[in-house]
Amino acid sequence: MTESGGVSMSHDDAAKLELARQFIEAIPHSHALGMHLDMIGGGRAVISMPWDERLVGDPRTGVIHGGAVSALMDTCCGAAVMSHPDAPAGTATIDLRIDYMRAATPRQRITARAEVYHITRSVAFLRATAHDEEAGLPVATATGAFTVERLEGAEK
Amino acid sequence: MNRRKPEPVQVVKQRRDAALRALVEGVPYIGFLGIEFDRRGDELTAVLPFDEKLIGNPMLPALHGGVTAAFLEVAAIIELGWATLWEDIEAGRIDLSQAAEVQLPRLPKTIDFSVDYLRSGLPRDAYARARVNRSGRRYASVHVEAWQDNRSRLFAQATGHFLMPALDNG
Repeated sequence: MTESGGVSMSHDDAAKLELARQFIEAIPHSHALGMHLDMIGGGRAVISMPWDERLVGDPRTGVIHGGAVSALMDTCCGAAVMSHPDAPAGTATIDLRIDYMRAATPRQRITARAEVYHITRSVAFLRATAHDEEAGLPVATATGAFTVERLEGAEK
Repeated sequence: MNRRKPEPVQVVKQRRDAALRALVEGVPYIGFLGIEFDRRGDELTAVLPFDEKLIGNPMLPALHGGVTAAFLEVAAIIELGWATLWEDIEAGRIDLSQAAEVQLPRLPKTIDFSVDYLRSGLPRDAYARARVNRSGRRYASVHVEAWQDNRSRLFAQATGHFLMPALDNG
């Protein structure tokens, strides 16, 4: 649980991750999709969700609907923004574009990884990928722009 | 004049509604989100009745951005599938109100989808209408708009590209 990408975390990081995890998992829709926060910090986040037959878009193949992958990507991007060192007080999606590269393999967990690659006083720019349990070509990639909400009076 | 007598209105409506139901009910995820479709002639309006599990920000509260994206994508795909079937439904070549098991062609696949969030989604019902801007043999481009209380105050819009199902692999 305190292991992420082969890097062991300090006690402090583990406490922060636990707090962020509780926050994400308290979001009703994230909870409904069974999302799990695997890693967060420094403008990056990793969130995964299990395959679920209620999320299927094509019953003939059992492939998950693109919309559910969008929801995962959106949540992951939002979490990455919130974890940025510039510490926004909140964030909202301005724009999110998803490219579907291939069908997600049925019954496999989907993992999204998002990264803030640039942030200004008002906008965060993100890139994200979604993989099933097979490494290599992602199921989908995304790019997004998110708002950077500042606390009242915190304007620099 | 040797004009065919028009079909009774109920027969036409039943055939259209049965085809629409088959398209929508074939997708478990549409049921999971609770999306319904309202039909007037060939015009479809996707309806997303509000539910607690659609919330993404419990403080505001606001709809989850992913729910908005998914709702728009579902509205776009069903509109595209529906528009593709329309002529066959009208000609009576697809009639699910009679037969028990007719396999509908597969739905189009999303290539890319780009959502523009205009204002936060309120904890109310949402509506969406899609417009097929171009539909070729292989690719299609669809624009979709979503609103809540006022048709003229969109809370999100999106454009997506889709791969049309091959006719032969049914």
